[in-house]
Amino acid sequence: MARSKVYVPRETSAVSVGADDVAISIARCSKKSGEDIELIRNGSWGASWLEPLVEVEVDGQRIAYGNVAPADVRGLFEQGFLAGGDHAKRLGPTREIPYLSKQQRWTFFRAGLNNPLSLQDFLATSGFKALEKALTMSGEEIVDTIAASGLRGRGGAGFPTGIKWRAVLEAQAEQKYIACNADEGDSGTFSDRMLMESDPLCLIEGMAIAGFATGASKGYVYLRSEYPLTYRIFGKALELARDNGWLGKNIQGTGFDFDIELHLGAGSYVCGEETAMLESLEGKRGIVRSKPPLPVHAGLFGKPTVVNNVITLASVPNIIRLGAERYASYGVNRSKGTLAFQLAGNIKRGGLVEAAFGVTLRELIEGFGGGTASGRPVKAVQVGGPLGAYIPAEQLEIPLDYEAFAEIGAMIGHGGIVVFDELSNMAQMARFAMEFCAIESCGKCTPCRIGSTRGVEVIDRILAGEEKENNYDLLVELCDTMEGASLCAMGGMTPFPVRSVLKYFAEDFAPHKGGDA
Amino acid sequence: MRIALDYEPGVTSALVARHGGRPEMLIQILHGVIEHFSFVPEAAIRQLAEELNLSRADVHGVVSYYDDFRTEAPGKHIVKICQAEACQAMGSRALTQHAKETLGIDLHETGGDITLDPVYCLGNCACSPAVMIDGRTYGRVSEEKFDELIGALNDTAAGNLD
Ligand SMILES: Cc1cc2nc3c(=O)[nH]c(=O)nc-3n(C[C@H](O)[C@H](O)[C@H](O)COP(=O)(O)O)c2cc1C
Ligand code: SF4
Ligand code: FES
Repeated sequence: MARSKVYVPRETSAVSVGADDVAISIARCSKKSGEDIELIRNGSWGASWLEPLVEVEVDGQRIAYGNVAPADVRGLFEQGFLAGGDHAKRLGPTREIPYLSKQQRWTFFRAGLNNPLSLQDFLATSGFKALEKALTMSGEEIVDTIAASGLRGRGGAGFPTGIKWRAVLEAQAEQKYIACNADEGDSGTFSDRMLMESDPLCLIEGMAIAGFATGASKGYVYLRSEYPLTYRIFGKALELARDNGWLGKNIQGTGFDFDIELHLGAGSYVCGEETAMLESLEGKRGIVRSKPPLPVHAGLFGKPTVVNNVITLASVPNIIRLGAERYASYGVNRSKGTLAFQLAGNIKRGGLVEAAFGVTLRELIEGFGGGTASGRPVKAVQVGGPLGAYIPAEQLEIPLDYEAFAEIGAMIGHGGIVVFDELSNMAQMARFAMEFCAIESCGKCTPCRIGSTRGVEVIDRILAGEEKENNYDLLVELCDTMEGASLCAMGGMTPFPVRSVLKYFAEDFAPHKGGDA
Repeated sequence: MRIALDYEPGVTSALVARHGGRPEMLIQILHGVIEHFSFVPEAAIRQLAEELNLSRADVHGVVSYYDDFRTEAPGKHIVKICQAEACQAMGSRALTQHAKETLGIDLHETGGDITLDPVYCLGNCACSPAVMIDGRTYGRVSEEKFDELIGALNDTAAGNLD
């Protein structure tokens, strides 16, 4: 009999709930039982709620077993799981798990399939096909394709990627850079991490295409230090690409030079802001720069620089390979394509859901997510990270569309969706928004640095029942000042979550309701 | 687990060399210093300023700006509990309270072998609440699981494991 293939993900969430121990148990059990297996550490499919998700390949089909604990492994072997045997944890064919089969996977089409550090598997699944194609195109043609796809920045601001690339392409300079933002600081987001752990070569391919298109020979990846496993996996992927002529001088003999340097951040949220990130890449304190100049004109070391999020860049290879029209056929209005939404917080089926824009919050939270983990009704949903508004349960029909969100004072940002149940105290969350801003402010502007600290004090006074009316007015005034006079969105948008709580959950500001979130 | 090592200038010099002596690699080099010595000693700051051709104020500025670069020795084990929104939605405040009580220390404090720190998102928000211990991320951490993880640290400290 051929060796059975067994897949156990090596991805932060899976490992955080025991995947390494499960892999060890499986290896031990197979040895003991004399059954020859090939143990593959794949990336994650993104169904984090099912992790550790173990799969066996039976007659070319992958059969999944969910939430496997080391203690389950003996039983699995006894019940013949190598042949897809029945077991309480058996979920059936991976491809038929509704959570996965109902997604529209574009950027994450390879995630979960293979060992992410197998170049052979990558090449066998169209890997580097887009780069090869791009290398036969002109920079203009590539930029036109990206512009036609409607791709917008997935890091937060949703700026059209084609426009950004064109500016760098047209800039005259001897040195240009591609700077990939992998700082992923927003609570409730992990798509950058999952992509880099599950399909790192895809990001490398996207960056190389960006480099070729705009005339940049060097790329940087700025990765948050809270992701040590990602650092190891992506670092290995860089070596792999370099050793096989997909990075470095004269890539695949085409005369194109491009290499990537991996940098670690150091625990500062504001370093995700693009100019603070550039400062940090230069080895300095992460203080936000005033604009202009824009990074496309004077970015890293003063040179024209494309700053793009991981997901933006990783969406590029398939756009080049399959065509802009294909990508633009997904989505609605000016929100084209797909987004890798991340379901987090108090949600039954948390994980990554890649879907076309236009899907409603309710479809994501109830359809995919299955409602709250606690089983209690949803109270509020924060979309787009700590600077995003809290959306009340009554508004879940809203479609995920950049403009529709902007209209209600909310934002999609990096696509993180954090669910709070009925027991949550939203005034505490408003307080946290101010507190977080006070902790993370780069300190350059007073409204952000001082205003946020005042904000915490004022909310504390309201919660203590002191001069409620006055302090309420003061809080609104503070929000106005921060919004109007901050240099970047840290100070400028911290008022968004605060105002949304004032608007929809004012009753939580009643004194003595200061309980746990 | 971290074992405190006496500062050796040679280690820092090697890190500088490995990064080509480029001043823009300061943050990457400081990560290496932390990995070796668990904190950034004053001597390293002086040495880095010299070897990278930066002012001491520059290096100080960077070290003090970033949370990762502590300037005092932490405990043997560093326990970080995520304080960000998704983890709060799953009870990280109560978990943090539990940690403070059982360890007898506040956030940013060291008691015995353990340093307790806050962290703002480990990217494990679909498996909240999340905790990082000595650089490893754990998910779905209930109070019981937290106690187990801490218990395992004490076992290692007593030499019962490995
Ligand atoms: C406070 C703050 C934090 C940010 N954090 C991130 C981040 O972690 N990752 C990211 O890609 N963009 C982040 N951004 C947005 C970046 O400034 C920038 O818009 C983005 O990296 C551009 O790439 P894109 O066009 O591909 O989205 C942040 C912005 C602000 C104001
Ligand atoms: S708003 Fe805050 S974080 Fe942004 S530049 Fe001003 S002080 Fe720095
Ligand atoms: S919010 Fe805690 S891991 Fe992301």
